[in-house]
Amino acid sequence: MKPVIRKATQHVNQNEGLIFEKSSPGKAAWKLPPLDVPEVDTAKLLGSSERKDLGNMPEVSEIEIIRHFTRLSTWNYAIDLGMYPLGSCTMKYNPRVNEVVSRFDGLANGHPYQPEKISQGALGILKTLSECLIEITGMDAITLQPAAGAHGELTGLLMVRAYHESKGAPRKKILIPDSAHGTNPATAAMVGYAVENLKSDARGMVDVAALASQMNEEVAALMLTNPNTLGVFEQQIHKIADIMHAKGGLLYMDGANMNALVGKVRPGDFGVDLMHLNLHKTFSTPHGGGGPGSGPVAIKKILEPFLPTPVVITRPDGALGFEYNRPQSVGRVRAFYGNFGMFVRALAYTLANGPDGLRQTTEDAVLNANYIRKGLEGVYDLPYSTPTMHEVVFSDKVQAKKGVKTMDIAKRLIDYGFHPYTTAFPLIVPGALMIEPTESESKEEMDLFIDAMKSIAQEVEEDPQMVLAAPHTTRVSRLDETAAARKPVLRWKPAQ
Amino acid sequence: MRYLPKSPADREAMLKAIGARSIDDLFAPIPAEYRLNRDLKVPRQMAESEIVDWFRERSQENGEGYKTFLGAGAYYHYRPVIIDSLISRGEFLTAYTPYQPEISQGTLQSIFEFQTMICELTGMEVANASVYDGSTAAAEAVIMAARLTGRHSVAIARSVHPEYREVLATYAHHQGMPLVTVPFNEGARVDLNQLEKSITPDTACVLIQSPNFFGTIEDVAAIADIAHKHGAMLVVSIAEAISLGIVEPPRQADIIAMEAQSFGVPLGFGGPYCGVIATREQYVRQMPGRLVGQTTDRNGKRGFVLTLATREQHIRREKATSNICTNQALIALMANIFMTIYGKVGLRELAKQNLAKAAYAAQQFGKHAKVLFSGAPRFNEFVVQTNEDPYAINGRLLEHKIVGGLPLKKFYPELGNAALWCCTEMTTRATIDTAVASVAEGALMTKSAKEAADVQEVTR
Repeated sequence: MKPVIRKATQHVNQNEGLIFEKSSPGKAAWKLPPLDVPEVDTAKLLGSSERKDLGNMPEVSEIEIIRHFTRLSTWNYAIDLGMYPLGSCTMKYNPRVNEVVSRFDGLANGHPYQPEKISQGALGILKTLSECLIEITGMDAITLQPAAGAHGELTGLLMVRAYHESKGAPRKKILIPDSAHGTNPATAAMVGYAVENLKSDARGMVDVAALASQMNEEVAALMLTNPNTLGVFEQQIHKIADIMHAKGGLLYMDGANMNALVGKVRPGDFGVDLMHLNLHKTFSTPHGGGGPGSGPVAIKKILEPFLPTPVVITRPDGALGFEYNRPQSVGRVRAFYGNFGMFVRALAYTLANGPDGLRQTTEDAVLNANYIRKGLEGVYDLPYSTPTMHEVVFSDKVQAKKGVKTMDIAKRLIDYGFHPYTTAFPLIVPGALMIEPTESESKEEMDLFIDAMKSIAQEVEEDPQMVLAAPHTTRVSRLDETAAARKPVLRWKPAQ
Repeated sequence: MRYLPKSPADREAMLKAIGARSIDDLFAPIPAEYRLNRDLKVPRQMAESEIVDWFRERSQENGEGYKTFLGAGAYYHYRPVIIDSLISRGEFLTAYTPYQPEISQGTLQSIFEFQTMICELTGMEVANASVYDGSTAAAEAVIMAARLTGRHSVAIARSVHPEYREVLATYAHHQGMPLVTVPFNEGARVDLNQLEKSITPDTACVLIQSPNFFGTIEDVAAIADIAHKHGAMLVVSIAEAISLGIVEPPRQADIIAMEAQSFGVPLGFGGPYCGVIATREQYVRQMPGRLVGQTTDRNGKRGFVLTLATREQHIRREKATSNICTNQALIALMANIFMTIYGKVGLRELAKQNLAKAAYAAQQFGKHAKVLFSGAPRFNEFVVQTNEDPYAINGRLLEHKIVGGLPLKKFYPELGNAALWCCTEMTTRATIDTAVASVAEGALMTKSAKEAADVQEVTR
C-alpha cells in the first residue's frame, strides 16, 4: 500500500553547521558608538581580575547569523505550521497582537525597581490580569510570581505548609493520584512532604473510597488535576473536597487542564482551595521551544496571609503599589515580580476573547477532542470509555500485537506532517496515545489528522517494519538517545 | 471569536458526527450544580485595535522614555534588532519543548550552541539549557551543592542580591538547610575572617555573587581556598552577564548560577529572564534542568537530543534533582543570538564601555558625594553616599525624565543615605552630568542649610 500523505510534501531545506564552524577572526556583527567618556586603563582598574581572552566565542557577520538561525528554525515543527496534538500541553494559537503589545517601550523597557509613580501601567496590568484570573477560577486572591507551572506548584505547597503550621503542625503527606504529572510528586518532595499514591478507579477517576480510607490528620493536601490526565472530569469532585476538608486537609488543583473549564465551571465553586494556572497553556503565551512559562497560583481567602511577597495593593490615594510587609508570607519565590512579559500576553488574550470568546474557546476545545475520539474509536484501543473533555487517551494495545508501540506510531505521524501526540503518559495507561487538539484546529485539519492516524493503523497491519523505521522524511532519522546519555557531549569543542 | 477556525455549520456537522444533540451534552460530566450559567465578569471582547490602544496607554504610564541608572540585577543594554527578527519566527516562537528531536533540531542545536558559549564565558565544563532566572538558579545551585556534599548548611555572603537571598531562604527553609550570613568588609567584599568562622563541617557551600550587589568584584580565589579547605563547595552567582567580557570568570567555583538577562533580554519589568547553571563535568548528573547533548542518527548523521533525563521529574518523580520542568528556551535563544552577535571581540569591547562609563560617573559623583567601597575593583555599578536622602535626589531627577540610583535603605539600613548607581553603554555622558549636577545641587543645599545653622549658632 502506498500511503496517501495529504498534509505534507518534502522539499529542499538548507544544511547548516554549528556557528563555531563558521567563525573566523575579524568578522563582526556589532558596532558600538564612539565612547563619550574618557577611555580607561582596564589593567589599572581591574588588576588581576581583568579578563584577557574570551576563548572560542564566535566571530561572524550579521547575514551569517540571520541565515544560521533562519535555517535552524526551518528544522522545527511549530503551531504556526499545523496541529500540535500534545496531550496535557495545550498547544494553541499564540496571537501575534500579544507579541506586539508586550514590546511597547514602557512595558519592554520598564525596570522592576523604577519608582511606583512611573510604574502604574505595569501595576495596572498586574491588577487587571489578577482580577480576570480570580474571576475565571472562582478564587479569592492570586499571586502572579511563579515562573512556571512547577514553580506554581512549589509556591502552592509552600502556602499549604504555612497554613498547616499556623494551625499547629505542617502535617506529613501529600496525596497524589497515579495519573498525575511528574512535577506533582517532585514538588511535594521539595517542600519536605512525603508522597502517598492514590489509585484511580475503573473509570479513570479518583477512587473515592480509597481516598476516604487514606485521608487522615497526617495528610496536608491532595494534588488533583481536573480534568485529569485522561481528559476525564472528576465527577465526584464535591465528595473529594468534602473528604479533604472534613479532616482539615486542603484540595490543590493542578490547573494544567484548565482549557477544558474556562467559562463553563470554576474550580473555586467546586471546593478547590488553591490551584495554579499555566499561562503558556490555557492563556496562549508562546511555548517558545520550552519556555518561558508562567504559573500564577489562585487561592481561597484562608490562604491569603501566606501569599509570597510582594503583593499588589491599592493605596489610599488610589495609586497601585507593592506591599512587602506581610509577616505570615511564605517569603519570596523569585526576584522581582514574575514573568511580567507573559502577563501582558495572557491579558491581551483574555481581552481579545471576552466572556463569550472564552466560553466558545472551551466549547470548541472539548468539541474537537470528542470529534477525534469518535473518528479514531475502533481503530485504536480506548482504555477508558468515560466521557472525554479536552483530551482523549488511546492505547497501542491493538498495534502492539504487531510489535508497533505508541512511540513508533508517533514517529510515523511526523511523516504525515503532524507533530506527535504525547506518548507513554499518563502512566496508568500502558502504551498511551494522549491527544489534545485544542480549540485552534479547524475541522479540515482534524480530518487530515484522523485520516493520517487511520492510515498508520493500516500500515501497522500491512507493513509494521516500515512504521518501526519511521520517520522517513525528516532531516535526521531516529537519534541514538542511549549513546547521548552514556557518554554525554554537552558542548562543542574545537578539533584538536 | 477571531482566533477560532470554525463556522457554525462546522460545529453542527461535528456534533452530528459525535452523536451529540448540543454542546451541552459534552459538558454533562460536570455536575449541574457547579456549571456556570452566566458570563464571566471579565472585560468584553475587544477588537485588536482596542487592545493595542489599551496597552499603549499602560506603556505610557510606565516610564516610557525615561533614562535609568538602575541596575541591581536587571540591566538596560542595547538589544540588536535581529534578536527580535529571529525569535519572532513562528518555528521558534510557537514550538514546544524539543522532546521529538527529528522535528526539533532547530531548537536543539541552538541550545547546544548556547550551552557551549556559556561554558566558554564562565570557564565551566557544562551548562544547562537554562532555568527560570538568576535568583532561582542560585537557590537550585545551592541545593545541588548540598546533594553533592551530603552536607546541609549554607554560608551566604551579605553582598549577594538581597532578593536572591530571600528566594534562597524560601527554598532552604523546607530543605532543612540553615543559612549563615557572612558580612562584607570596608571594600564591600566578603569578610574573609568572618567567612572562615562561618564555615562548619556541615557547610555544603559558600554562596557569593561577583560582581556582587554593590558592583564590586570579589576575591574569588581567596574565598574558594577557604571554602575548599573545609570541604565546602563554592557557588558563584553572576547577575550582570556583560561583566564576563572583561572580568575574569570565577573559574575556581564548583557551580556558577547566572542570570543572562543582560544578553539581549528586555528589562520587561522583571521578567521573563534567563537563569543558567554551569558546573564541572563530574557534577553533571546532579545538575537540575534540561540538557541538550550531541549524538548521531541511524545514518551516522550528527544530531541533538535532550539528554540525561533520568535526573528529571517526568522520569524520577519525587526522587528528581528538582521539580523544574520548563526552561526559558525562547529567552535563552535571545541570549544565544546576543552572544553570537558580539562574540569574542565585541563582548569585550562592550564590557569595556560599561567599565569606562561607570568609572567616569563614579569619579564625577565623587566630587560632590562619597563613593563607597573604592578599595576593590568594580564593574558597572557603584554606591554613592550623600548627605541628602537619595529619594529627594531621585525626585528631582524624575523631572528630567531620569531614574536615579536605587536607594539602599530598604536592604542595607546601615549604609544610610546610600544608593546603588549603574551605568551601561546606554548611559550617555550628558545624562551622567545631569545626575551629578542634581547630587551637587543637593550637596550645596545641605551645605548652605548647615552654614545657615552655624551662622545662627554663632549669632545666638
